[in-house]
Amino acid sequence: MEIIHTDVLVIGGGLAGLRAALAARQRGHEVVVLSLVPAKRSHSAAAQGGMQASLGNSAKGAGDDEDVHFADTVRGSDWGADQEVARMFVHVAPKAVRELAAWGVPWNRVRSGPNDAIIDGRKVSIDEPAAAHGLITARDFGGTRKWRTCYVSDGTGHAMLYVVGDRAVAEGIAVHERMEAVSLIHDGARCHGAIVRRLTDGRLFAYVARATCIATGGFGRIYKVSTNAVINEGIGAAIALDTGVVPLANMEAVQFHPTAIFPAGILVTEGCRGDGGLLRDAAAHRFMPDYEPEKKELASRDVVARRMEAHIRAGHGATSRWGEHLWLDITLLGERHIAGRLREVKEICQHFLGIDPARQWIPVRPAQHYSMGGIRTDALGRAYGLDGLFACGEAACWDLHGFNRLGGNSVAETVVAGMIVGEAIADFCASERGELTVSTALIRAAHDRAAAEFAGLAAGLGAESAAPLLARMQSIMTERVGIVRHGDALQSAVDELQQLILRSRRLGLRSSRPGANPELTAAWRLQKMLKLAQCVAAGALQRTESRGAHYREDYPRRDDAGWLKRTLARWPAADATQPEIGYEALDVRRMELPPGWRGYGARDAIEHPDTAPRQAEIERLRAELAGAGRDALQDALLPFRHRLPPQLRGANARLGDPA
Amino acid sequence: MIRLFRKAPDSGRPRRLTASVLRHNPADPASAPHWQDFVVEEAEGMTLFIALNEIRATQDPSLQFDFVCRAGICGSCAMLIDGRPGLACRTLTRDLGERFTLAPLPFFELIGDLSVNTGKWLRGTAERLRTWVHAAGRPDLDALEERMAPELAEAIYELDRCIECGCCVAGCGTAQMRPDFIGAIGLNKIARFRLDPRDTRSDEDFYELIGDDDGVFGCMSLLGCHDVCPKQLPLQTQIAFLRRRMAALGF
Ligand SMILES: Cc1cc2nc3c(=O)[nH]c(=O)nc-3n(C[C@H](O)[C@H](O)[C@H](O)COP(=O)(O)OP(=O)(O)OC[C@H]3O[C@@H](n4cnc5c(N)ncnc54)[C@H](O)[C@@H]3O)c2cc1C
Ligand code: SF4
Ligand code: SF4
Ligand code: FES
Repeated sequence: MEIIHTDVLVIGGGLAGLRAALAARQRGHEVVVLSLVPAKRSHSAAAQGGMQASLGNSAKGAGDDEDVHFADTVRGSDWGADQEVARMFVHVAPKAVRELAAWGVPWNRVRSGPNDAIIDGRKVSIDEPAAAHGLITARDFGGTRKWRTCYVSDGTGHAMLYVVGDRAVAEGIAVHERMEAVSLIHDGARCHGAIVRRLTDGRLFAYVARATCIATGGFGRIYKVSTNAVINEGIGAAIALDTGVVPLANMEAVQFHPTAIFPAGILVTEGCRGDGGLLRDAAAHRFMPDYEPEKKELASRDVVARRMEAHIRAGHGATSRWGEHLWLDITLLGERHIAGRLREVKEICQHFLGIDPARQWIPVRPAQHYSMGGIRTDALGRAYGLDGLFACGEAACWDLHGFNRLGGNSVAETVVAGMIVGEAIADFCASERGELTVSTALIRAAHDRAAAEFAGLAAGLGAESAAPLLARMQSIMTERVGIVRHGDALQSAVDELQQLILRSRRLGLRSSRPGANPELTAAWRLQKMLKLAQCVAAGALQRTESRGAHYREDYPRRDDAGWLKRTLARWPAADATQPEIGYEALDVRRMELPPGWRGYGARDAIEHPDTAPRQAEIERLRAELAGAGRDALQDALLPFRHRLPPQLRGANARLGDPA
Repeated sequence: MIRLFRKAPDSGRPRRLTASVLRHNPADPASAPHWQDFVVEEAEGMTLFIALNEIRATQDPSLQFDFVCRAGICGSCAMLIDGRPGLACRTLTRDLGERFTLAPLPFFELIGDLSVNTGKWLRGTAERLRTWVHAAGRPDLDALEERMAPELAEAIYELDRCIECGCCVAGCGTAQMRPDFIGAIGLNKIARFRLDPRDTRSDEDFYELIGDDDGVFGCMSLLGCHDVCPKQLPLQTQIAFLRRRMAALGF
């Protein structure tokens, strides 16, 4: 057994993992990053549209600040978000954009003078002030009251990941590629690292660390149609679940993106609609204003995706040999805009559909896109259940997004959480609790268990094979645990997933190729993915309300009185076929923004008894502290600054601040 | 009327495609490189991503290849398609003949079958060329960002679009002869940081990095790279420009 020691083990080389690694490294700790693929090929590279931060530089962003960003985020989350975390996030997001700018991200900039734009289907001219010329500009995204999404053409994630990835090289951070964490080394109370499998030859290694951070991204591949990369299988979350003590939170909160190209599921960015693109039906009718007269195409993603599916069900979808879809029309943006600002979209349309989006409409239909749920952590990224275990990025449920994430808030979360959680990791390593105390017997046992698991699979003579089981699971998830959910369908999904879990324990492999064996890898991952799928389905079945992306036809109202709580799924018994589900209440009395109407979508929530008193208290505090300044009011409503690392507490400068 | 998809070459019965794959498993001492044919039935809109996954799911579960984004964004899936470097995920089978060959990218270490270790080479190149903005001190995160002309930001992004797929290196004659040649990918990166005013390095500093035969002077300007770059980076103009600048410094 080969053992590798390090201070900090970061599992995941996407934006979140790399940024956390940098923070810990800058504090002097030795860091090793693991990744399934070369770090720059992580799925963060696929983020097209942009990153939200309330710089307020451009004319359409004027007046933006942390308060507006906070309110948009909480409303977007359908009040599922942790408001303290949301406050920390909106405060640090401008700093993150500015840090990335200094490191080399070529953010698009404000051009002073008249700029052509399309708003609500009409050509307009936006006059950018000379004072803002050359500062970072922003585009419109769904669910936001200001143009707040900073971008690099439509290659934002690529530009960010390359800068952060090269920064990690500059800091000498080791990235061990083609390595897959397959279990955590722990004693039920403290995490000591991970057992890791080298994908090129199947060898197992023990990585022993004082602190371990899971930043393995989303798990979209449990669905049949997903915008996610093929490596987004959620193994990081699954190995946390396997400990039996670490809970996954809000797994039923799954986002579907309105505009995935049909049928391949490849994303075209929300920037298409932000920049003025329209949704049309089979009759070429622009239907979104009929449902959402105010925000139209730019309501939040859950709302737009649901309206689209309903419109298709009402018989307005365009038909093709693969089924029904709708159209995204960006022809009105013009060739120049598309070639400059929506270039990836243009390439994707050319290569995968053979069309020119400046002339032809794009066939689209909502597809799985983002996992709001994940490893439950506190505001500093510390996982519940195991000391020394952290998580950040899409793999985590830090709970910035609640039941619906706003576009542009995710890549922002990766770097912001990386900055905050990386510091918390460094603090932990510097503290007494961060000392390494693991016994070799524990490491040996974890290693042997993983080795036995793979050997057992490789020698398995069962009649089942992984590929059809995987396909079946993906179909169940897309058909019965999708955009529109119903108790009966969810129950049948849970039942059938139980059967699949049992069948997945009777696999037989066809190949016994030495070295890397893709079939063995796939078989092993299937068992993990089935558990995640079951957490999603079971959580969705039990949540008898509709909130954000979780929509129950049989319970269409948001129920704050009964369901203002976070789902926590644990899997204590390895041979179980269902998770144990518990809940954690959200405290309305500590909310800065008590539950209300989002400003779009349905307006029929069942009120929480604490909402009215809290609202009255907030109004009283606002009146009392009217002259005391913004910071004093903030501290009275929801203090958060003390939770941030000292260097991230300062006020964010904006154009036009009083000198 | 909107025409959705490119016309299939022949409507009617789907074609039976034969993919001839160059296979080899270096981890297995008994393995020697050999061609193996796989037959798949073509489907509408089929890409090599779909075809190879179908082969792996139904015919040979041990076949190795790399896909991540399957959308032409991440640079994982470059291989020789009928002998020419390209991204497999965005290659439609309808643009290929009934019989085609797939082989791993040359130049990079072979992991197995169509999978090569570009990551190792790229990390080495990043360390060697120091591909990050060199600036003094830590930025002030509370202050307004430094201004940049919008056109300059766009010009930097134009060069920043490289996805490190390795196609250019695979298509480069110099790289086949000189294992330490930095390739068009490396030269483009230098051009990118040279253009960036946030990077304080001078032309003399860059000369130190690329002013030799493993750098800009090893390039024979045959432009195999330019033609195969899937992101259509302006490699030709960038390489020519760098050559002139570096030659002026060198003599
Ligand atoms: C097509 C697309 C477009 C998007 N566009 C936007 C956008 O415009 N704006 C926005 O805000 N958000 C966007 N998002 C969401 C956003 O990109 C992601 O949520 C975010 O990048 C996730 O980053 P991450 O660092 O958490 O994970 P990832 O970037 O997915 O990285 C995960 C890392 O973990 C590694 N890994 C996984 N499992 C293991 C394991 N078991 N062992 C070792 N390593 C492992 C992987 O190799 C990888 O390095 C988009 C998402 C998609 C799918
Ligand atoms: S011009 Fe020719 S020699 Fe130079 S990098 Fe390109 S392919 Fe290689
Ligand atoms: S320059 Fe072009 S061909 Fe070369 S690695 Fe970059 S994207 Fe690929
Ligand atoms: S799989 Fe990402 S470019 Fe082909």
